[in-house]
Amino acid sequence: MLKREIKEILHASRPHGWVLEPEAKNILRSYGIDVPRFTWAATLEEALHFVREHGFPVVAKVVSPQILHKSDAGGVITGIDSDALLQATFQKFGQMDAFAGMLVEEMLPGLELMAGAKVDYQFGPVILFGMGGTEVEIYKDTVLRMAPLEERDIPSMIGNLKGHPLLEGYRGSKPINVAALTRTLLAFSGLVMDMNECIESIDLNPVLCSPETCVVADARIMLNRAQKNGHAG
Amino acid sequence: MDFRALFQPSTMAVIGVSLQKDQHPANVIFRKNHLRYPVKVFAVNPKGGSLQGETVFKNISDIPEKVDLAVIAARADHVPDILSECIACGTGGAAVISGGFAEIGRIDLQETVVSMAREADFPFIGPNCLGIYSPSFLDSFFLPSERMIRPDQGNVAVVSQSGGILVDLMLKFKEESIGISLGVSIGNKAMIREIDLLQYLEKDPGTKVIAFYVEGFSKGEGRDFVLAAARCSKPVIVIKSGKSPGGSRAVSSHTASLAGDYEVFSQVLAQMGVVEARDELELISFCESLSCYQKPIDGKMGIITGSGGHGAMAVDVCSAHGLRVPDLTIQDQESIREGLSTSIKAIASLKNPIDLTGSAVDEDFVSAARSLSTMPEIDCVLMLLLPYLPGITSDLGARLSGIYQKEGKALIAYVPHVEKYRMLIEGFELNGVPVSHSIDAAVLMAEALRRCQPC
Repeated sequence: MLKREIKEILHASRPHGWVLEPEAKNILRSYGIDVPRFTWAATLEEALHFVREHGFPVVAKVVSPQILHKSDAGGVITGIDSDALLQATFQKFGQMDAFAGMLVEEMLPGLELMAGAKVDYQFGPVILFGMGGTEVEIYKDTVLRMAPLEERDIPSMIGNLKGHPLLEGYRGSKPINVAALTRTLLAFSGLVMDMNECIESIDLNPVLCSPETCVVADARIMLNRAQKNGHAG
Repeated sequence: MDFRALFQPSTMAVIGVSLQKDQHPANVIFRKNHLRYPVKVFAVNPKGGSLQGETVFKNISDIPEKVDLAVIAARADHVPDILSECIACGTGGAAVISGGFAEIGRIDLQETVVSMAREADFPFIGPNCLGIYSPSFLDSFFLPSERMIRPDQGNVAVVSQSGGILVDLMLKFKEESIGISLGVSIGNKAMIREIDLLQYLEKDPGTKVIAFYVEGFSKGEGRDFVLAAARCSKPVIVIKSGKSPGGSRAVSSHTASLAGDYEVFSQVLAQMGVVEARDELELISFCESLSCYQKPIDGKMGIITGSGGHGAMAVDVCSAHGLRVPDLTIQDQESIREGLSTSIKAIASLKNPIDLTGSAVDEDFVSAARSLSTMPEIDCVLMLLLPYLPGITSDLGARLSGIYQKEGKALIAYVPHVEKYRMLIEGFELNGVPVSHSIDAAVLMAEALRRCQPC
């Protein structure tokens, strides 16, 4: 069952067909999935307030219902380490189509993985998991499983990736926290099962995995057509 | 729903025979079953008359006996009326051979027929199909007997969305001596679908392996099918056509782009332990090996040959398919050596692959196979036999099969398939050991055993 606040977010997102990143992250958080600390700043002051509290460096991303592919539109700036740069970024984003604020969040280290979901016509909700980052469609190092996932699925999903040595500690690096990754994937699977009537696909990319934590740094929830037209509910 | 009336009928009506055209599909079906199969066959045409000296009944209800199976090969427009007559007189089920339904846009006509059948709990195969080949019961394919190649009765059931593919597979099964328990062409699968037949065949004592040729599933149907296949106690093999993506669709997420229809199909099957055959060679090899063995293996291969080259080739193919060929310990090698004849003791290479050399005789192959069959490091024995070696006799197939029967470890043989070596090959096959005609196919047979478990 979907919680009321999630239903409200989905309802409000219908006109543009996808869920804005800060709202997508709120949905993830409500399922117990870790996301970076962030603020959705409507004003420069709010952005500055966030860095006063949490420090630099931060990532800034444009929030706009017109901009689905933020990186392609120049709407993602990483490694911001000064008030001046934060201000310049805010001004730049403010010029963009349908500007609806700026997301400012802490920068976290970690191996870039990805998790995704799609509602397949023949097989219903499926989960994709693999090596993440901007090159996912080039390396295509991913595995697919029919949802819901069970805990025993996770080791074979990791083992089926070509890049699995990177998760297990490669050339002196420490292995990632597999327990945290497992928790994240199972929670995500639960979310997908709850939302499968509303969604077309979801990208969580990157999912940053370190020896300590597993944090979803970006999330894109695409609603299905029925949802866009307001028929499903 | 009970499908026995469809697949093991005692009586059958062929509806739509022609009194003028002897090549009419219904006439072919009547002719090939009448007095040739145990099923009692009645011809039906509204005009009545006689065919081959037998009465043609004007209506199925005129037939003096209860009809188990109605094979309907009349024009599509007549099918709803015919079906309602079948239902009214208590017929057990039907195969609707006729085309002219959803495949040409007459979805309405198909839906009419389906809703009638559902309401009456009346099972029917098709429409737009060849129907049923049930060895020792009936053959509803409208292909003249003399044109068909029929495999022997066996334990592989084949369910196909395409009739042509089914007929072709039957021919190839015959070539490889794979026997079938049932062949069903389900056509438009308007009522009886893959999942229904899966459930029937799981309970069918004559079937040990269930193979499907699938073009596609309707919304959510794939999910129900794989979940049922995962629960099925018998190995399930699926071959899918239409793997290439249909044109470039604009996709807005990485996931939608990476999880194309076929990628999902293929990986979900593997997840659930359903064996996907990617091409025809795989399908035939998988059917043959799973018809002999239904227990999964990890894929620890022990290879025995009389030719070093064959051993090396087999290792390459195994490794390309993710099967391991573990080294044998010195101890294990010595225990194998003890059993070999004096003339090859010093020259045989026993590390795995085991090369017994061209001087080996039957006894050496038997002894080495027996040793490997008791070693826990090996879970499948690959026997590459070259019958032109002078020490090998035609008895070897049957003798090696005896080791499998005693030890229970999967044994797969490669023997070149030429008529001269037939007796050697049959020594394996008639004793339940699969034999391939190439090293690649032999390795595929082992792969089938590894794949018939969830990944």
